[in-house]
Amino acid sequence: MAKITYIEHDGTEHLIDVPAGLTVMEGARDNNVPGIDADCGGACACSTCHAYIDPAWVDRIPPKEAMEEDMLDFAWQPDPATSRLTCQIKVTEDMDGLIVRLPEKQI
Amino acid sequence: MSRIVVIGAGQAGSALVAKLRALDFSGPITLIGEEPAPPYQRPPLSKKYLLGEMEKERLYLRPESYYAENGIDLRLSHTAVAIDRKDKLVIADGEAIAYDQLALTTGSVPRRLPGRIGGALEGVHVVRTLADVDAMAPGCRRGARVLIVGGGYIGLEAAAVCAKLGMQVTLVEMAERVLGRVAAPETSAYFRALHRAHGVDLREGVGLERLTGETSVTGAQLSDGSTLALDMVIVGVGITPATELAEAAGLAIDNGIAVDGRGRTSDPDIWAAGDCASFPYKGGRIRLESVQNAIDQAECVAGNMLGADADYMPYPWFWSDQYDVKLQIAGLNAGYDRVVVRPGDKEGAVSHWYYARGTLLAVDAMNDPRAYMVGKRLLEAGRSPDAQAIADPATDLMALARP
Repeated sequence: MAKITYIEHDGTEHLIDVPAGLTVMEGARDNNVPGIDADCGGACACSTCHAYIDPAWVDRIPPKEAMEEDMLDFAWQPDPATSRLTCQIKVTEDMDGLIVRLPEKQI
Repeated sequence: MSRIVVIGAGQAGSALVAKLRALDFSGPITLIGEEPAPPYQRPPLSKKYLLGEMEKERLYLRPESYYAENGIDLRLSHTAVAIDRKDKLVIADGEAIAYDQLALTTGSVPRRLPGRIGGALEGVHVVRTLADVDAMAPGCRRGARVLIVGGGYIGLEAAAVCAKLGMQVTLVEMAERVLGRVAAPETSAYFRALHRAHGVDLREGVGLERLTGETSVTGAQLSDGSTLALDMVIVGVGITPATELAEAAGLAIDNGIAVDGRGRTSDPDIWAAGDCASFPYKGGRIRLESVQNAIDQAECVAGNMLGADADYMPYPWFWSDQYDVKLQIAGLNAGYDRVVVRPGDKEGAVSHWYYARGTLLAVDAMNDPRAYMVGKRLLEAGRSPDAQAIADPATDLMALARP
């Protein structure tokens, strides 16, 4: 279990206990956090689960693979350093305290 | 207060009710589903779920508690048997449920093989529901001999999973090539080679004569005169829109429940969206079988039920996972007269660009998400890159995508 803070674009915070093994996207989906659409359900086939990882956490989670990197280029206002597709981040116990910020919209 | 009833608790039904609440509709909503599970994702059924890599609960589109928390009366294991349009009632499990507006998101049903050629034997499966896949899972074990009937996406994805599980896989496609209905020969060739490289005995232009066996399937006779000894069969020969209820209610049917641009059926108080609905498109009428369409059309209908008065304009996208290949498709290729093949920047990446009279229609991208996303954004913007430029490997795709 890891406590993850999801911050909506308008500043609303959601502190969620996400079981290890789920993805950061699934943690949001299963707790009705608005702002992550995840249309493809986590297949890395769309870019609608985009979020910005808190800078302090960027190097503490496994890096992007090539597929995710390419998809991210087309997300809404991606940031080269902090943007991730949350369906590609599997939650581990080490991620306790992780903070992710959600973009203005998903496209 | 307006009462909304939605029949069909799949991807479209789920998206529709969630959108109604997101748009601040506060009236009563009833969502009726035949299956015991709350609305779930179907795409993983022929991929990770069949492979045993994804638990059932992870398929749920929303947590089960979402519906009650949002005042949605979710009735699972309920079958709507009739619509009384005069008194505006849905009859389900002996109960009459009143509606002011009704939405049909009844989805589609997989075609089965006729009983006279062995289609009803035990061990013959289709891939549509959790129950379908749960039923076939015990038979999916190393060394087991499986025949896949049909070389569309469902058949090919099932073949990939079975091959990965170490089964002996034969796939027959009656038409001259796999994916013949949905893709260019170039894309068919790519997937034919991929499956053969993984040991699948893939046979095109070969149909199934009959399945054999006493109570369980034990073999097959094929149209090329050969026979196979089998442990199981997976049938992926397409789906038909679930229109029975609409038809019995006297609604207009035309390759699906016929709706107008807004998603309205021939009854102004009844709407339809998703696999089951055919809608006006480019001077004709189409029906799309995809997650994208289920979500986008359902959300459009939700808005229109609340008075948005907006036409549904699809920007289709689709994906398929087979082995380590992700196929991503943007657009619809119907009517194409030219296919441009573009090798990707990375090893094994390639994309096929479909054109009609010089205008881009669609892109099939194999392990090439950049080509897919560039094609998708261009199509969304109504822009068409020059085919020569696409064919030239020196062209910078990213530059093409910039507004």
